[in-house]
Amino acid sequence: MSEISTTPLTAADGTPLKKKLAQAMFRSRVRAVGLVLPLLGFVLASFVFPILALMWQGVYNDTFERLMPNLTEELRIWDGVSEPTEEMYALLVLDLKQNRADRTIGKVASRVNQELSGTRSLFTSTARKAEKIEPPYRESLVKIKKKWGKLEVWQAMKLTNESLTPGYYATSLDKRYTVDQGFIERDKKRQIYTKLFIRTLFISGSVMFLCLLLGYPVAYLLATLPLKYSNLLMIMVLLPFWTSLLVRTTAWIAILQSQGVVNDLLVWVGITADDSRFSLIYNMTGTIIAMTHILLPFMILPLYSVMKTIPPSYMRAARSLGATPTLAFIRVYMPQTVPGIGAGGLLVFILAIGYYITPALVGGQDGQLISNMIAYHMQKSLNWSLAAALGGILLGGVLVLYWAYDRIIGIDNMKLG
Amino acid sequence: MLDSGDPFVRFKNVQKSYDGETLVVKDLNLDIAAGEFVTMLGPSGSGKTTCLMMLAGFETATHGDIELGGRPINNIPPHKRGIGMVFQNYALFPHLTVAENLAFPLKVRKMSAAEVEDKVAKVLDMVQMRAFGDRKPAQLSGGQQQRIALARALVFEPDLVLMDEPLGALDKQLREHMQYEIKHIHESLGVTVVYVTHDQSEALTMSNRIAVFDDGVIQQLADPVTLYEKPENAFVAQFIGENNRLMGTVKDIAKGVASVELDNGDMVKALAVNVAGEGERSLLSVRPERCIVTPNKTRGMSALNGRIEELIYLGDHIRCRMNVAGDDEFIVKVPNTSGQLGLQIGAEVFVGWETDDCRALDYRS
Repeated sequence: MSEISTTPLTAADGTPLKKKLAQAMFRSRVRAVGLVLPLLGFVLASFVFPILALMWQGVYNDTFERLMPNLTEELRIWDGVSEPTEEMYALLVLDLKQNRADRTIGKVASRVNQELSGTRSLFTSTARKAEKIEPPYRESLVKIKKKWGKLEVWQAMKLTNESLTPGYYATSLDKRYTVDQGFIERDKKRQIYTKLFIRTLFISGSVMFLCLLLGYPVAYLLATLPLKYSNLLMIMVLLPFWTSLLVRTTAWIAILQSQGVVNDLLVWVGITADDSRFSLIYNMTGTIIAMTHILLPFMILPLYSVMKTIPPSYMRAARSLGATPTLAFIRVYMPQTVPGIGAGGLLVFILAIGYYITPALVGGQDGQLISNMIAYHMQKSLNWSLAAALGGILLGGVLVLYWAYDRIIGIDNMKLG
Repeated sequence: MLDSGDPFVRFKNVQKSYDGETLVVKDLNLDIAAGEFVTMLGPSGSGKTTCLMMLAGFETATHGDIELGGRPINNIPPHKRGIGMVFQNYALFPHLTVAENLAFPLKVRKMSAAEVEDKVAKVLDMVQMRAFGDRKPAQLSGGQQQRIALARALVFEPDLVLMDEPLGALDKQLREHMQYEIKHIHESLGVTVVYVTHDQSEALTMSNRIAVFDDGVIQQLADPVTLYEKPENAFVAQFIGENNRLMGTVKDIAKGVASVELDNGDMVKALAVNVAGEGERSLLSVRPERCIVTPNKTRGMSALNGRIEELIYLGDHIRCRMNVAGDDEFIVKVPNTSGQLGLQIGAEVFVGWETDDCRALDYRS
């Protein structure tokens, strides 16, 4: 044990040792930073920044506030339950006119429609007639569309007027954020996202479990076979990596479809009748089979790299100490492969919950994952904020998994090959 | 118990081949008595580890029988043989603590928790590692791991313990210390030990008997003294200890003493240990510490001319490299007694030895 000195150590020239060390390390640090700077810049610009920007959209959407500048202030003051005043109607008409002139009314209409469906045409058709609307505005508007007299339309506008909103996250979890009641359950019929999240977790879990079940023996063989056989096996494991993901997925369509190879074989053998062939694809079964095949190498490789480091002498030692081969395997070999199981499982699970192309091609109705819904909102409904919120929840889930893994097994123990 | 006359371990005409083309072990016959410490010594690839693995049950003999306590064990799987084993890299289970490692063989044998705890505590005391029961093997030094590996092989009280180069990974000082420790444990427990090593000083220190392996054959099986003093062939002479080699042709054998004409024409008398006959080539072996360097010939001793090539001061003795009979690798260990320091490089002197210390052996180039 060294003694703890109270005075800071100094170098030979009298400067504090810590300062001297920092000076000595400075040049090498500058060089290290210089070396990683290009990649760091690239990653920041192409990965970190877009993700953060999109995540921000999940909680922030200023379409309404930006495009309806006159109404904004009044809506903010309004308590959300009393009758809207005549002045609010006047300001609404003023903003509608402006948006009509700027051709931005579609954006406003879509934004409010996200809160209260069926309001899109209310805005667009009213805006078309906005030039001719005379005071009293409330009366004239209600005459054009009865809905303008309803409180829920104004409540929807008040919600969309708040740019910083928890509404998209609430939607992602099948909740509604309301002006007066806070968060409430959505109608049973419109609850789709939690079910989808649960299905995503279930499919990913199944894929992970199947990969472990199928991959463990292969990894064991890879690690224990003589080199000339294990090389051949390794090539077979890696072969899928050299084939396009699309090719592999469509190959499964050819194999699994009702007129495909597997069903033909089952009919021929007599397991099933020709008119009651199994539906193995365009459903959850198809998604699980195809994803298991595609993700299998991600389970095998981490397992293999861990098993490779376990010398055969452990098993020999266990047997010389009196353990049967089975017991030696369970008590001595398997516990040592836990880091590999953890790494492979985590890798497969994380890749699976974000999987998109395969479920889109072979998933049918009930084989779709949350990522397919995110893609739908990005490409079809153009509700990027909701897509961002759904993605944000997914990302949060992955981070929680990492954290849990780190706590239980330790990220340092992860070996990926 | 066994009859004291019966061997405890017996290899009977054992052969082993891995590829069906070459024999790694050729017709091995070896009897080991109960309580004996036998070392299998040899260079790598000599078949010694294969023999150990066959005894442990991890390799099967291609031919022949292995008996343990009078029973053939060829068809008994390793976990039923009840043989303790210490591995080269210790093979302590890294995911278990020291105490759990030691408890493993006991739990496998379904002993009660109290019994397990008692035995683990006792064996930890035996290797003086009481305080380390809760540590993981990775938190121990090499020497400590070695002790735990030893304790684990002994904790279930096997009659036979096998050790496969257990000290190979330790540094020199620790290795020597552990040699004594293993020797003492062997003596106090009375367990039979079969020990494999390629380190001859380790074998000499610890063993009751040593089997020197080369080329799948036991070259000589003897106690350490005999092995060092009276090697039966050229391989053993060269492998055990340091050795000066002189080549020559046997001219005459009389009363166990061979007259050998060295390649440079000098005549030397040597003990005829392993020579084919008159006119055959032979290798003469003389230990460096049995030679003396003298300015004059001494009566009754063989003596040859030599020139001092190099002197290395080693404290307790001086290592003197000489050119003798055309061989400039001839070593003489000169004890560091007063008056010996007059040796000079380049000096022409005589080198002499007793006839009994020079052994005429089979010829190996």
